[in-house]
Amino acid sequence: MSKITFSRGGVHPHDNKLARECRIEVLPLPPVMYVSMAQHLGAPAKPIVAPGDFVKAGQVIAEPGGFISAFVHSPVSGTVKSVAPRKDLAGNPVMHVEIAVEGDVWMDGIDLSDTLVTALPEDRDAVLAKIKECGIVGLGGATFPTHVKLAPPPGKTAECLIINGTECEPFLTSDYRIMVERPREILVGAAIMQNVLGGCRCVIGIEENKPEAIAIMKKAIKELGYEKRMKVAVLKKRYPQGGEKQLIDAVMRRQVRSGGLPIDVGAVVQNAGTALAVYEAVQKNKPLVTNVLTVTGKSLPESRQHNYLFRIGMPLSYIIEQAGGAPEGAVKLVSGGPMMGKAVSNPDAATVKGSSSLLYLDAADTMRKSASSCIRCGRCADACPMGLEPFLLNRLAKVSDMDGLEANAVQDCIECGCCLYSCPANIPLLDNIRVAKGQVLGIIRARAAAKKQ
Amino acid sequence: MRDVLIALAPAEILSVLVYGWSELLVLAVGITSCVLLEWAITKWMLRKPSTIGDLSAAVTGLLLVMNVPSSTPWWIVVIGSIVAIGIAKMSFGGIGQNIFNPAITARVFLLVSFPRQLTDWSVSQGFIHATDAISGATLLGVYGEGGMEALTAIGYPENHKMFMDIGGSAGEISAALLLLGFIYLLIRKVVKPWIPLSIIGTVFVVSTIFYFVNPEVYTGPVFNLLTGGVLLGAFFMATDYVTSPMSTLGGVIYGIGIGVILMMIRYFGSYPEGVSFAILIMNCFVPLFNRWFHQKKFGRA
Repeated sequence: MSKITFSRGGVHPHDNKLARECRIEVLPLPPVMYVSMAQHLGAPAKPIVAPGDFVKAGQVIAEPGGFISAFVHSPVSGTVKSVAPRKDLAGNPVMHVEIAVEGDVWMDGIDLSDTLVTALPEDRDAVLAKIKECGIVGLGGATFPTHVKLAPPPGKTAECLIINGTECEPFLTSDYRIMVERPREILVGAAIMQNVLGGCRCVIGIEENKPEAIAIMKKAIKELGYEKRMKVAVLKKRYPQGGEKQLIDAVMRRQVRSGGLPIDVGAVVQNAGTALAVYEAVQKNKPLVTNVLTVTGKSLPESRQHNYLFRIGMPLSYIIEQAGGAPEGAVKLVSGGPMMGKAVSNPDAATVKGSSSLLYLDAADTMRKSASSCIRCGRCADACPMGLEPFLLNRLAKVSDMDGLEANAVQDCIECGCCLYSCPANIPLLDNIRVAKGQVLGIIRARAAAKKQ
Repeated sequence: MRDVLIALAPAEILSVLVYGWSELLVLAVGITSCVLLEWAITKWMLRKPSTIGDLSAAVTGLLLVMNVPSSTPWWIVVIGSIVAIGIAKMSFGGIGQNIFNPAITARVFLLVSFPRQLTDWSVSQGFIHATDAISGATLLGVYGEGGMEALTAIGYPENHKMFMDIGGSAGEISAALLLLGFIYLLIRKVVKPWIPLSIIGTVFVVSTIFYFVNPEVYTGPVFNLLTGGVLLGAFFMATDYVTSPMSTLGGVIYGIGIGVILMMIRYFGSYPEGVSFAILIMNCFVPLFNRWFHQKKFGRA
């Protein structure tokens, strides 16, 4: 089978999938959980519980704070202790609901069994409502509310639903594990979304470094009789293949215009984890209160690599403790992959819907080498999947040339880090560009707001 | 930069073998003086960490050595190093900041300051015996002086193997070894082929046109590609990251410019060879090209 990939840029970091053979383990419950109100893209959710309330697992504890927002559910049963700001993993205060765990009582009507439910519901609106009520958000990183993405604006139709099973970030194995262990649930979830989108074609994109996942997903498609509905696309191993625009480019050979949305080219991309969450929501009535997270790192021995099924809201420190504490030699803890993950400055922070990994980095992988002068070799421009010129953006950022930055499309940057990764002079390109991008986006937003008035 | 040194090595080694001790002296003086000078400037004038570890001073030194005759007196090579490193490179702010290719700036400076020494093609006894053509004047020199008639008089083309032993500056000794080095750089993905291809293509097209118009006056494409510094310049000097355009389109226009200018100098100029001048002139346009031409962005037509 021919392998496909996106048309420009990209790098090939070692994939380091150290935890790939580790089966998903269920973590026991901690005494206290902290559920963030801002664990999705868009407006934070508004809490509807007060201290002293008893809540069950799966019960709504916060409602959407806007059109682009999501419901939040209690992941455990217990008593609400507080509704107050608490530091997230970067140390910023965010509203959290603190719940003291008592037993494990779930809301009525939630099916916690393993029985596969393949009968697809007919009513599109009911399915969309269910996905919304269950607080499903994209689990590939951006945590965009799924029901919004599945309801294209009038005049736009979906031609292709792409299930993102690329997991192109090194080290991460949570999507791989669910594809290997729960392939049929993912495919039923994909079929549900496919029906909601009006029966467009559906492609499951998996990178070639996961041959088992490719084989298992292909087999599951046959078992479910989905051959006519969907197919697996084998992608070359190349970072950032899992970037939404890159994946659409790879699968459909279409480029989403700058500032445009995937639906403009007829594409809807959903992560494999999201497909599983949609399955659980629609077929099992289970809200998004669990997810899978990888605990990994080169400094961990093989026996201490893990893939955990965690309840969303478990403190990171609790998971670290359950996994045997920080290993010797680890100097940095990252939430997410090594390329785009965020450094954890506050290990007491709670997990959120989008948590995908706890990655320990050792000194060799963390140390920044001292930067030398740019010799304009152009490797960053070759590596940029968006076709930008990072060397130029970096220079414009240094002199705060906002017009120049905008003219050279700094706002198109997807912050994948390929430029920084490829720079032989070790210049912190992305660090500088990210700050400049924030400023330029601010200017663009202010201009749009001024126009409206 | 280490890859560039490796790529240049075969041609320079052959040069040392053929030209003997005199070339070895030029080589040693050229590289040592460039590296020492950069070290001294960073230490005592700029008071910054030394940058000689990036090997770019060594590359500049080697390119300078390959761009002058093996008979060049050592003190002229030292002056060349001062111009290359001191003026063309460090006074602009060091690596990455210079507008003009340091080795070529130095060569052109030496050529106009010491024209006699820089066109003295007499050769000393080498370590190996080379067959022919490395006698006195270069083919380009002969053509520059006496035109096509003079070339024919010395037995061109029958007596000249074009891929080896061309004569001239040390680095121009073997087209085949320069090509080998360039292929190495391509395989290692150090350089892209567009700039050299556009220079070589332009030289080919321009000299073909002139040759067909009047073969009795104008030299042909094979002669122009294999003599003088076209290959050395196209492969190793026009491709210098710092002084060449970033974009592919910019690079192609830059290469065409170099090709046209060097052919005009060869056919109509008072110097027999124009590669260095052509590259220096086109170096001036690089900031403009970088402003005008950008690579294609994703999702922007």
